[in-house]
Amino acid sequence: MIVGEGTAFRYIGKKRRTKEDPRFVMGRGRFVADIALPGMKHVALVASPYPSARILSIRTQAALALPGVHYVLTGEEFCAATDSLAIGVDTPKVTRYALAKDVVRYAGEWVAAVVADTRAIAEDAAELIEVDYEPTPHVIDPEHAVAAGSPLVHPAHGSNVLFHRRFVWGPVEQAFAKAEHQLALRVRWGRSATVPIETFGVAAQWDPGQQILDVWASIQMPKYPDQAARALRLPGNAVRVHYDVDVGGSYGVKRGIKHTVLVGYLARRLGMPVRLIEDRLENMRGGDAHGPDRVFDMQVAFDSDGTLTALKIRALDDVGAYAGRAPLQLGKPVSAICGPYRIAAVEYEPTSVMTHKTPQEAVRGFGQSPTNFALERTIDHVARQLGMDAIELRRKNLIRKDEFPYRIPSGSSYDSGDYHTVLDKALAAIGYPALVAERDAARRAGRLAGIGISTCLEPSGGNSAFEPLFNPKNDTTTWMESCLVRVDLSGAITGVMNTSSSGQGHESLVSTVIGEVLERDPAGIRVVRADSLSALPSNSPVGSRMAIMLGGAAAGAARKIKETLIEIAAHNLHCTTETIEYHDGNVAVRGHPEQCMTWDQLVAIAHRKFHQMPAGLEPGLQAKFVWEVPTGGALPTADGVVQIYPCYAFETHIVYAEIDPETAKPSLRKYVCGHDCGVMINPDIVHGMTYGGIAHGIGAALYEKFAYTEDGQLESGTFMDYLIPSAMEVPTIAIVDHCTPSPLTTFGQKGSGEAGYLGAPAAIANAINDALAPLGASIETLPITQDDLWRVITGQTTMKIT
Amino acid sequence: MSEKLYAISVVVNGMERKAQVPARLTLVDWLREELRLTGTHVGCEHGICGACSIMLDGEPVRSCLMYAVLADGHRVTTVEGLAQPDGSLSVLQDSFCQLHGLQCGYCTPGMLIAAQGLLDATPHPSDEQIREAIGGNLCRCTGYQQIVDAVKHAAARLAEGSLSPRGRGTG
Repeated sequence: MIVGEGTAFRYIGKKRRTKEDPRFVMGRGRFVADIALPGMKHVALVASPYPSARILSIRTQAALALPGVHYVLTGEEFCAATDSLAIGVDTPKVTRYALAKDVVRYAGEWVAAVVADTRAIAEDAAELIEVDYEPTPHVIDPEHAVAAGSPLVHPAHGSNVLFHRRFVWGPVEQAFAKAEHQLALRVRWGRSATVPIETFGVAAQWDPGQQILDVWASIQMPKYPDQAARALRLPGNAVRVHYDVDVGGSYGVKRGIKHTVLVGYLARRLGMPVRLIEDRLENMRGGDAHGPDRVFDMQVAFDSDGTLTALKIRALDDVGAYAGRAPLQLGKPVSAICGPYRIAAVEYEPTSVMTHKTPQEAVRGFGQSPTNFALERTIDHVARQLGMDAIELRRKNLIRKDEFPYRIPSGSSYDSGDYHTVLDKALAAIGYPALVAERDAARRAGRLAGIGISTCLEPSGGNSAFEPLFNPKNDTTTWMESCLVRVDLSGAITGVMNTSSSGQGHESLVSTVIGEVLERDPAGIRVVRADSLSALPSNSPVGSRMAIMLGGAAAGAARKIKETLIEIAAHNLHCTTETIEYHDGNVAVRGHPEQCMTWDQLVAIAHRKFHQMPAGLEPGLQAKFVWEVPTGGALPTADGVVQIYPCYAFETHIVYAEIDPETAKPSLRKYVCGHDCGVMINPDIVHGMTYGGIAHGIGAALYEKFAYTEDGQLESGTFMDYLIPSAMEVPTIAIVDHCTPSPLTTFGQKGSGEAGYLGAPAAIANAINDALAPLGASIETLPITQDDLWRVITGQTTMKIT
Repeated sequence: MSEKLYAISVVVNGMERKAQVPARLTLVDWLREELRLTGTHVGCEHGICGACSIMLDGEPVRSCLMYAVLADGHRVTTVEGLAQPDGSLSVLQDSFCQLHGLQCGYCTPGMLIAAQGLLDATPHPSDEQIREAIGGNLCRCTGYQQIVDAVKHAAARLAEGSLSPRGRGTG
C-alpha cells in the first residue's frame, strides 16, 4: 500500500470511455441466455400454489409421455442426491434445496423440474404434472411469526426465529436516564428488491471423460463455485465456473445457487447440457431474490440543544421461508450503526424471522439502506420535536472532519470524511434558501410540498466480518481479492480478474489502474476473466468492494511488474535500482538519459534473454497479487465489537417533492446528491452507479413492493404491479462530488457500487413527510404509495400510517 | 414436434430470411434462437420492460408481444443492424459510449432502438421528449440520466452533420 500515491494521476479520475460499453451497444454482449451448447436441453418448473402445504403425491406420467420431454425431477430424488445449500447463521435444521420434498413453504416454491428439447415443450409438460397438496397453516406477518403459537415454517428448528441478539455498545441506559428528551418511533421498510431486467439463468454441462461440470451463469456471488460443488457432493476442482459471462444487472441478488445445483445435477444425471432461464414470474416468485422486509422500533435520547446521546434500534427482518445469507443483512449495518453521527452509546437488537414468503437475498447495501432510512426518519422526528431545523440538527451531530479516524461504539473505525463540507456543497448546489421559499410559496398556493434531506454512509470494502458476528461457528477473517498481470512477448498487457461483472465496469477499473502504475495507455490493456479453476482467490463484486479490493490487487500486481522491469534495467545498465528512472514503461539512469532501455527491450529480456536477466528473477513477465481487506483479519470480541468494513463513503441527498392534491401523485421536482467516495477511478462509472442507485431508491421509497395477500400469494409478480421507476418517474439529478481520500487504500479510493441507494429512500421519505406535515400526517412505511397518500390527503386515514 | 409450421419471409437487417415457424413462436425467440441475433434481449415477456424492442418497418415495437408469423412480409431491424454500413458504430451507439449511457448492457439494445426511433422522427428532441421516448424501456443501472445525455449528444452531433447518420439498411 502506498498512501497518497500520486495526487496528480494520469488516467485515474479522468473522463475515459469504458472498455465494456462498445460490445454492449453493438449487441455483442455474451449473456447466459446467449450461450447455446450443442444438444442443450431446457428446464421448466412446477411451482407450489400454496404458501404452506404437504405434498401428497406428484404424478408425472403424462408429462413424461410428451414427445421431446427427457426427464422430470422431483424433490424425492434430488434431496437424496444433493446436500442442503449453505446457511448464513447457525441453524442446521433449516435445510434448503432447490426442489421441495414432502412440504412446501411458500407460494412459488419449486416442486418439480422438467427437462425437454425446448423451453416451450418443457412448459407444456410442466402443465401436465399433477400435484396433490394438503394445505397447512401459514404465517405471513413477521410479528405473528415471532409470537407464541405461530405456525412454524421449519418445525424441526423449533421456532421461526433464525437469529436474535441484543448488542449493547456503551452506556445506553445511563444516557437515556440522563437525557433531557427522548423519542420513540416505528418505521417499516417494505419488501422490495433490485429486480434486474435480466432474470437469473444458468447453463451446465457435465464432461464424463474429465469428470468436470462446466457452469455458465449470470452470477454475482462470493464462494459460488465452492458452494455449488459442496451441494453437488463434488470436489471443488470438479466444478468450473466460467466468469466470462456478462451479467445483466444484479445489484446483489444474482445468487442463483439453488438454480445452479438443480441444473448441475440434471446435466450430470442426464449427460446432456441443461439450461434454466427464469421467466419473469419465476424470477419474482420463485427466484429467491426478495430484499429486506423490516420493522424498526427506534428510540433516541437527546438534549435540548439537539445533541444525540444514545440510540436503541430494534429491527425485525422477515427473510421468508429459508435462511440463506439473508439474516446477515441485519449484520452489515453494525458497521455504521450510528450513521455519520457522533452517538456514543447504541443498543441494537436484530431479529431475523422466517415466514411463508419467498426467501430474501442480498440487495444493494446489504441491509444498510433500510437502517439509514430508519435513522434519518428518527433524526427528522427529533428536529420536529425540538422545533429545530433538520439541517442544523445534522450539522450539530455529524462527525467533524478533524475527528477521523473515528471509532463508533460497535467497533468500526471510519477512515475519513468531511461531512459538513459535502452537505454545504449540496445545499449550495440546490440553492437551499430559494428552495425553501419555493416550497413555502407552493404551500401558500394550496399545494403539498416538502423538502427532504438525508446524510448517510456507504460502508465499503466488503470485509464480511458480520459473518463471525452472527455465527460463532464461522471464523472467516479474510475476504481477499486478486489480480494477475501479464506482459506478453509483444509487450501488450493483459490483466486477469477472477469473477464476473454486472455492469460495474471492472475491466475499465483494472485497465485504468494497471495503466496508471505502469504508465501505459489503458486503452491498449486487455482485461480477461479466469474461470474458477484457473482463478486466483476472489470474493466477487459485493459490498462496494471492487474499486478498493480489485483496484488494490491490480495495482499491487502492476507494481511487481514495474519492480521487475527496473531490476532488469539496473542489471543491464550496471547501476542500482534506486538510480533507475521509469517513464512510460521506458527506463534511464538518473542524470544519464543516454543510458536507457525501452519497454520492448525490457520485455524481450524477460521473455527470451535469460542470460541478461538478473539472478533470482523468474523468466517471463507476470505477477500476481492477492490483497487482504485493509483493517481485516480480526474476530469480534465476546460483546460483539468488530471492525466490519474498512472504508466509509458519505452521501447527502436533498429532494424537493410535491404531491398533486387532486390525484395524490407524488413527483420529485429537484434532486441533488452530494457524494464523497474518495478518489474516483472513473467518474462516469461512479456517477452512473449513483444515478442508478438513486433511481432504485426512488422505487423502494415510492413504488416497488412484493405485496402478499393474507392467503400468502404474491400480488406483484409482474412489471404491471411491481412498479419499476421509468425515465418519467426519475427526475434529473445533480451530483456534487467531493473527495476525501481514504488513507487505507491504494489511491485513496472508497467503494461506490451502492451509492445513491443508501440515502435516497431516506431523503424521499423525509420530503414526502415534510409535504404532509401541514396536514398533521405522516407515513412511516415504505413504499409510500399514491394510494397511501390519497387516503391521508382525503382524510380516509386519520391515523398515522406506520 | 408435430406442431403445424407456417412459412414466413422477413427482411432482417437488410437480408431476406425465410423460415418455417410454429404459430406460437414469438418474434424475439425466432430472432434469438433461430437467427442467433442475440443482441435483442428478453426481460419480462409481457411487454413492459422494452428490452426486446426492435424496429418493425422503422417503428420501435416489442418483439416479445409479436409472433414470428406476424412479421411475415415486414422489415425488422435489430441492434445488430444499427451500425453504419462499414460496421462502425452509429452516432447514437458512439454517443452511448461517450456518455456511458449504459452499465450492464442488458436494456441497452432496446434503449438504442427506442432512441433511434425518436431521432428518426424528431431530430431535435427536448429532454422531455427523450424521457417520453424511452419511458417504455426500463433500466435498472443508470437512473436514465446518462442515457438522456447520450441521446441529446447524438442529436447534437447529427445536427452538426459532423458525422454521417447511421445507415439504417432497410430498417
